[in-house]
Amino acid sequence: MKVKYFAWVRERIGKAEETIEPPSSVHTVGDLIAWLSARDESYAHAFEKPKVIRAAIDHAHVKPDATIAGAREIAFFPPMTGG
Amino acid sequence: MTVPVTIRVQAEDFDVAREIAAISEDRTDVGAVVTFSGICRGPEAGDDIASLTLEHYPGMAEVEIKRHVDEAIARWPLQGVTVIHRFGRLTPGKNIVLVVTASQHRQAAFEAAEFLMDYLKTSAPFWKQEESAKGTGWVEARAHDDAAAARWTKP
Repeated sequence: MKVKYFAWVRERIGKAEETIEPPSSVHTVGDLIAWLSARDESYAHAFEKPKVIRAAIDHAHVKPDATIAGAREIAFFPPMTGG
Repeated sequence: MTVPVTIRVQAEDFDVAREIAAISEDRTDVGAVVTFSGICRGPEAGDDIASLTLEHYPGMAEVEIKRHVDEAIARWPLQGVTVIHRFGRLTPGKNIVLVVTASQHRQAAFEAAEFLMDYLKTSAPFWKQEESAKGTGWVEARAHDDAAAARWTKP
């Protein structure tokens, strides 16, 4: 699946997007945050406050308990500040 | 009747007068047009900002705006809605966002415009980065914006 990062999440991870293949033990958005955080310090830094992180699956906002099964694109970003 | 909707996410500026004309021209049933323009503000917490750079999530930004426009149309008797949100680097005085709502009467147009702005601030995927003499930093989300959006949620 494709993962996209925006704003300071993107800056901390050091890339705007990537393709990942998480193991089958990763079921939810929250699991995916934990799995990515364990990869290296840049991910751990980006996701150090998981409650602040917002997520979207295929262009729709989701909660951390949302399943990632069947997702084509998952995005992680800080709270939005548009308008 | 299908309500005419215009949604644009763009780097270019927009012309407020032209957008007002576009929503009401060639028809005689519109009685009220409300516009909200969001403009890049120079003074911010005692500092003068040099610029705002807006990052967005292409694809999702349009979908998320459309979702709230559809909800506004379901809640109020609207005759037209236009939402334009810019991205990229903007300097003080420049336009950021425009919401135009048309209805037969003013109350629906006012309320729908306010509803749309409250949701654009808290759920449309845009992020502002501020540049000032102090340096560059991401603008933090504000609790009062969340509270403003929450008041439209029916108990």
